[in-house]
Amino acid sequence: MTFKSLLSAALVLAVAGSAAAKNIELLNVSYDPTREFYVDYNAAFARHWKAKSGDTVVVKQSHGGSGRQARSVIDGLQADVVTLALAGDVDALHDVAKLIPADWNKRLPQNSAPYTSTIVFVVREGNPKGIRDWDDLVKPGVTVITPNPKTSGGAQWNYLAAWEFARRKYGSDEKAKEFVKALYKNVAVLDSGARGSTTTFVQRGIGDVFLSWENEAFLAQKEFGKAKFPIVAPSVSILAEPSVSVVDKVVKKKGTEAVAKAYLEYLYSDEAQDLAGKHFYRPRSAAAAAKYRGQFLKIELFTIDEKFGGWANAKKVHFADGGTFDQIYAR
Amino acid sequence: MSAVVTSLSAGSGGHVARRATQDPVWVRWLLTAIALGFLACFLLLPLAAVFAEAFRKGAATYFASFRDPDALAAIRLTLFTAAVAVPANVVFGVAAAWCIAKFNFPGKSVLITLIDLPFAVSPVISGLIYVLMFGAQGWFGPWLMEHDIKIIFAVPGIVLATTFVTFPFVARELIPLMQAQGNDEEYAAVTLGASGWQIFWRVTLPNIKWGLFYGIILCNARAMGEFGAVSVVSGHIRGETNTMPLHIEILYNEYNFAAAFAVASLLALLALVTLVLKSVVEWRHAQAHGSGTP
Repeated sequence: MTFKSLLSAALVLAVAGSAAAKNIELLNVSYDPTREFYVDYNAAFARHWKAKSGDTVVVKQSHGGSGRQARSVIDGLQADVVTLALAGDVDALHDVAKLIPADWNKRLPQNSAPYTSTIVFVVREGNPKGIRDWDDLVKPGVTVITPNPKTSGGAQWNYLAAWEFARRKYGSDEKAKEFVKALYKNVAVLDSGARGSTTTFVQRGIGDVFLSWENEAFLAQKEFGKAKFPIVAPSVSILAEPSVSVVDKVVKKKGTEAVAKAYLEYLYSDEAQDLAGKHFYRPRSAAAAAKYRGQFLKIELFTIDEKFGGWANAKKVHFADGGTFDQIYAR
Repeated sequence: MSAVVTSLSAGSGGHVARRATQDPVWVRWLLTAIALGFLACFLLLPLAAVFAEAFRKGAATYFASFRDPDALAAIRLTLFTAAVAVPANVVFGVAAAWCIAKFNFPGKSVLITLIDLPFAVSPVISGLIYVLMFGAQGWFGPWLMEHDIKIIFAVPGIVLATTFVTFPFVARELIPLMQAQGNDEEYAAVTLGASGWQIFWRVTLPNIKWGLFYGIILCNARAMGEFGAVSVVSGHIRGETNTMPLHIEILYNEYNFAAAFAVASLLALLALVTLVLKSVVEWRHAQAHGSGTP
């Protein structure tokens, strides 16, 4: 009897509790290397939102190659927010399916990229092939690992960084194209996403040098030891700005607009910026940037807006059907 | 391998009276050793590796991998998918095999070819078919969106893709069996005044039961293990649309090797149970067959 009444009391409490505080579920569709960061960030945001509104937020995650993830959202994956590898993939949500407005990247500070990263080289223990800079990648006998620029965001940053290096060194886009073509001749495996490439290089032991997200490179070092996978900083690389956006059509339908917006805005908070630094992303906030400055290599970074006229342009010239990548990779 | 020995000795000219086992001892040993060595290298060793990796960090870590809510969700989804896909294909398989084996009609060979289609197309294509049909940009996508019906990137899509891929198993198993058995017993039943259902339950089903069971086992094994097609339609939402094979890939990619191999070992165990069941069925089938036609 007492047990039964206890049980019913508990039930009543549970029902009352759920009536007062809502349970909200968000889906964050992201790219490969952000897995570890968002595990931590989702917990932090849930605490923050609970304190602010009393509601419980559970954020579900989906990860994969950035281009492929964007395609899934276009095909109907009900993402409240996307946190993809590059603005070009977020643009596709507008261009193909009109899920978001064209000026989505003006809605949050710094081009809607709350953290940045860059592209570095990971080599084998002791750097046996003596790889120092981009020119070493086109030498005969060097095998390179990079994901496929058609499906992976990281790979597009790799591609553009190599292009800009060659353009500076050899003086023209024509020469840069030859250089990048020679580079892709040396590529042994084109995985569909960055994490797949990491596994190819680290686990399967294929390749002499791996063109990697900086954060992904540090993560591999953390898992397997610094000596085993030394990081080499090239003379110049690209400032990779992984961008985030609320998916307007989805949140309007699901009624999650307010939480989804807050979820992305909180990425700029001190707590989130600190987490980004902890997971080897380059934070935007001055405080976190100063705190983690020591862990990053000094590399001259250029932005895609300066050198390639933004993503829309870079995409058209290099990665669209018939773009430079198709031209050099056609065999 | 023993079949090879038999045919070799049978083919060796005038020694018809010689028994198959009269080959030189070293030949028999060599062939057996090759067969066993091959099995050990390509089947047992990888299987052992899965279990060794799974237990590398101790039994506590091993069992902890199954307490992870995402792992549990993946196991539940896999079981659910198989629980829908397998019965659906049993009903379809029996019906298809019945009409193909027992009746003649125009377009029969087309139907047989269509049943084989899922074997012929790559699983990736099988998944993309559903994206093209039910995706937001697909044929029925906009209508489904309007009515808030989720098919791809949700459980129904996974079930559909799995059903498609495992479509032929039961039918393919039953068609040759039923064709070999012919219609004589059914005709006899008709002359004795049995109704259609009675014939099915009392005559046809008992005749095909071991073949059917075998088909179900194969169908189930594939349904639980399917990766490609499910990967395309899943959307990879953790704890929601990841089946066991997808969950294993995720864990592996997250450097969580012990957990990846722990879940892999569970999938391998399911496969082993399936194989044991299959052997039992084959044995029972041989027995039933042996005693049925003395």
